[in-house]
Amino acid sequence: MSERMGFFTDTSVCIGCKACEVACKEWNGVPDDGFVFRATSYDNTGSLGASTWRHVAFIETPDSWLMASDVCKHCTHAACLDVCPTGALFRTEFDTVVVQADVCNGCGYCVPACPYGVIDRREDDGRAWKCTMCYDRQLGGLEPACAKACPTDSIQFGPLDELLERADARLADLHANGRTEARLYGEDPGDGVGGDGAFFLLMAEPEVYGLPPDPVVTTRDLPSMWGWAAVAALTMAGATAWTRFGGR
Amino acid sequence: MAECHPVGFQWVMEAKARGAKVFHIDPRFTRTSAMADHYVPIRAGSDIVLLGALINHVLAGEHDFREYVLAYTNASVLVSEDFRDTEDLDGLFSGFDPETRTYDPASWAYQGVEEEAASGQSGERVEGGRHHAEAARADQYGSGGAAAHPRPHTDETLSHPRCVYQVLKRHFARYTPEMVEQVCGITAEDFNRLAEAVVAGSGRERTTAWVYSVGWTQHTVGVQYIRAASILQLLLGNMGRPGGGILALRGHACIQGSTDIPTLFNILPGYLPMPHAHQNRTLDQYLERAAGDTGFWGNKRSYMVSLLKSWWGDAATEDNDFCYGYLPRLTGDHGTYATVLGQIDGIVKGYFVVGENPAVGSSGGRTQRLGLANLDWLVVRDMTLVETATFWKDGPEIETGEMRPEDIATEVFFLPAAGHVEKEGTFTQTQRLLQWREKAVEPPGDCRSDLWFYYHLGKRIRQRIGDDEIDRPLRDLTWDYPEHGESGEPSAEAVLREINGTGPDGRALSSYLELKPDGSTRCGCWIYCGVYADEVNQAARRKPGREQSLVAPEWGWAWPLNRRILYNRASADPEGRPWSERKAYIWWDAEKGEWTGLDVPDFERDKPPGYRPPPGATAQAALSGTDAFVMQADGKGWLFAPAGLADGPLPAHYEPHESPLPNIMYGRRGNPARKVYNRSESPYNPPASPRFPYVLTTYRLTEHHTAGGMSRTLPYLAELQPEMFCEVSPELARERGLVNGGWATIVTSRAAIEARVLVSERMRPLRLQGRTLHQVGVPYHWGWAGGGVVTGDAANDLTPIVLDPNVYIQESKASTCDIRAGRRPTGRALLDLIEEYRRE
Repeated sequence: MSERMGFFTDTSVCIGCKACEVACKEWNGVPDDGFVFRATSYDNTGSLGASTWRHVAFIETPDSWLMASDVCKHCTHAACLDVCPTGALFRTEFDTVVVQADVCNGCGYCVPACPYGVIDRREDDGRAWKCTMCYDRQLGGLEPACAKACPTDSIQFGPLDELLERADARLADLHANGRTEARLYGEDPGDGVGGDGAFFLLMAEPEVYGLPPDPVVTTRDLPSMWGWAAVAALTMAGATAWTRFGGR
Repeated sequence: MAECHPVGFQWVMEAKARGAKVFHIDPRFTRTSAMADHYVPIRAGSDIVLLGALINHVLAGEHDFREYVLAYTNASVLVSEDFRDTEDLDGLFSGFDPETRTYDPASWAYQGVEEEAASGQSGERVEGGRHHAEAARADQYGSGGAAAHPRPHTDETLSHPRCVYQVLKRHFARYTPEMVEQVCGITAEDFNRLAEAVVAGSGRERTTAWVYSVGWTQHTVGVQYIRAASILQLLLGNMGRPGGGILALRGHACIQGSTDIPTLFNILPGYLPMPHAHQNRTLDQYLERAAGDTGFWGNKRSYMVSLLKSWWGDAATEDNDFCYGYLPRLTGDHGTYATVLGQIDGIVKGYFVVGENPAVGSSGGRTQRLGLANLDWLVVRDMTLVETATFWKDGPEIETGEMRPEDIATEVFFLPAAGHVEKEGTFTQTQRLLQWREKAVEPPGDCRSDLWFYYHLGKRIRQRIGDDEIDRPLRDLTWDYPEHGESGEPSAEAVLREINGTGPDGRALSSYLELKPDGSTRCGCWIYCGVYADEVNQAARRKPGREQSLVAPEWGWAWPLNRRILYNRASADPEGRPWSERKAYIWWDAEKGEWTGLDVPDFERDKPPGYRPPPGATAQAALSGTDAFVMQADGKGWLFAPAGLADGPLPAHYEPHESPLPNIMYGRRGNPARKVYNRSESPYNPPASPRFPYVLTTYRLTEHHTAGGMSRTLPYLAELQPEMFCEVSPELARERGLVNGGWATIVTSRAAIEARVLVSERMRPLRLQGRTLHQVGVPYHWGWAGGGVVTGDAANDLTPIVLDPNVYIQESKASTCDIRAGRRPTGRALLDLIEEYRRE
């Protein structure tokens, strides 16, 4: 496997141009997601979904207008991948998580498994879709379309280790300039998903952007659940034996 | 800038990362404001008060860059004794004729010019001004500005009461922070923070740039906005220096190119004026009135003769005035709005609309459509079926019953156009940089490039014309470009080479200094001369920035002569030394005896700083070694414009034509010289009318492109902003019962349109003159059809047709309106609603 590739989305320089949304759709052939005026600031996209793989959120506060481009987090411990029965979801050589459209059977197990609510099924064909971190472009040595189109380098693509270093430096800069509200999100390998392959610099609490503050991989308890299930099964067997034989 | 020029805005973010302070001044809090260090809300239409107060702050505190001001501006020049300021005439400058609503600028002249006129010398300097102003043709002077005396009387101590510096001081004295608070709605705290930052960011070590988008131009005082910024920048020494300037972000990829090689009615390529039918009968008469004899405009004969030779080739000879007589002539105002009114009046019979959608994109949409409906023929060339091509069957007037398709006799020809990736050629962007782009794909079906269209149209017309004398200009045209491909696409490189020009040997020229007045050189646009130097397409150069100096001279090609900063002689002090190490850009190398530096010097390479012109010198030889503004007849940056403007030598605050407020600065409400069209098709809202209590301002969004022809049709863009909406403050929403996500109807005397409501604290009510003032924001990208996947009412149906007198741009950024909850009525009831508003 080559080194782990990732996204660092620095929302402090996001100008909300949505070029990432458009470039993503153009490159990946993602269909439009409906023409709905949502009256939620300049956000008419709403959320990530089967036909929206980058979503720019606009949050109006009394003294600022926050903008942030959300994307699949490409978790270290990816629940979507864990639950996929067909192997359509797989981990690539870039340590990213990708759905193979020609393998997906549309079972939809991955949808509730995602702790961020990213992956979703398309109504018309039933299959699950999400950001591939432009797997095809990466294979060709190109950066993902969203990062390429971003005019202010709010979306940065590269080896995850390098991005984490860059993010630390940027955070220190912002803090030195009095922007103490700045924080990283998804950078910690100790968090509930083992850290994200796509992490963020946010200018407010994650909840403000609609991001879960403490995401946990939904399959975290599977091993222990199997353990408990075994105990339960044994107990049940014992109880059955007792009723059958012991009661005589 | 982040809204409309997101790609360019990356450099603002980069500057910010290096410590630049960014202020954003705008009626609404936009994506730019979100990125700025400080956002300053302002009432739309009041900018001259803010800029004037900054000028006053600089003058009163003597914060001006005195050495720069003395050397490079006209601060020390004495103005005519006849000049009267707005201070003396309560809002008028001397020379105003109330009958014609025009100025005679004779009294604005430098002292001493009168005597010269009396002796019969250089009549242009006095007379020309009046002639130009008569038809509001200040632009007749081209980019060089009006002629002025090259060696006027001066007072280097700047104390003479009639020197420009003192005139300025008196004129701007009433532009105080208190006025800024009352007229602009900007608090004293915000103003002081801005003023201090501008001063601190200017001088030897630092420069400040002003950046505006075309919204600054869409006012009845639009030119004077930019004049005001120029005065401030000249006083602070921020012109001709790296990091300085006034940067105009133009609306389109090639709007700069479309004025350099113009689609405008009043100029020829390279800002040479379009001849007037009666005043410029011969080439000599034309040249006498076209700009000054000193400075680089002094070579205007070479530029003009080379242009005529480029167009008419061997047919153009000294004996026939180089075919000067073939040029079309002006007889008055032929601007876009005058043309549309001419259509309604039956004077204009045919119309080409190329890459525009005026039925949606121009002010007073109904007037535009009434004009279109009264034509004999209309040609629309576009990539999609825009509303301008379909108004006759689906326009708002069809819905209201004002028009019926069967009554409209206009024959409409829709010709599909190639997109920018389907043709080759150059874009000229806002820094005057020409960048060549290749054709990526063949245009589909019958789509053709504009170059193909005009070239083959010309060929076919030439085939059909006979021997009539009147058609001789067409027969004599040089019209023979190499063609390639099945469709016969003409070679864009051959056109670029023709624009560049050729010498007597037929080889490409490398500089406009090589142009000759005798007909031995040809050049399609003198300022572009050099773009094909050494027979190489210089615009196609793409050497990455990291492989060259910070000026990156080998990326594309900038006019003139690949200069990246104009007037860069001003980046050095009068002796030719950089003002500071930090801001070093161009300097005099005494050993080599030449100007050198990071950029191409905007100065004669071997003219030493100590050069003083001999008496009677002309063209550039008449400018001294410290005359940095080489296109000006006097070589100076003009703090005070002695001629060339239709509405005054200095900016003065006038209220927008439609304003809810009185003008508390002067006894004159609006710009006295503004172009007003009292037409029943497009009536005005009365001033300070209680029926129209809110300020209306229009704008663009990142997600869409101008009148929407290139974005409403694309699902990926249209879904991002799918519906026409308006932006209002929570306070205004409460006042008018508007609900976020609901509907509103916006009404002016021209139209009533509906829009979804976006209530946002980003829209801030202004508190001024003892009241609260609300502004209503409307983007203008929607239309009723246009082959789009999304539709909506057109904002420009609301706006008035009232123009800046210098450049005929409409005041669409500041007018008045009413707003009410709910959708608009349809059919006849819509007309009744508008009528009701007009009556009251």
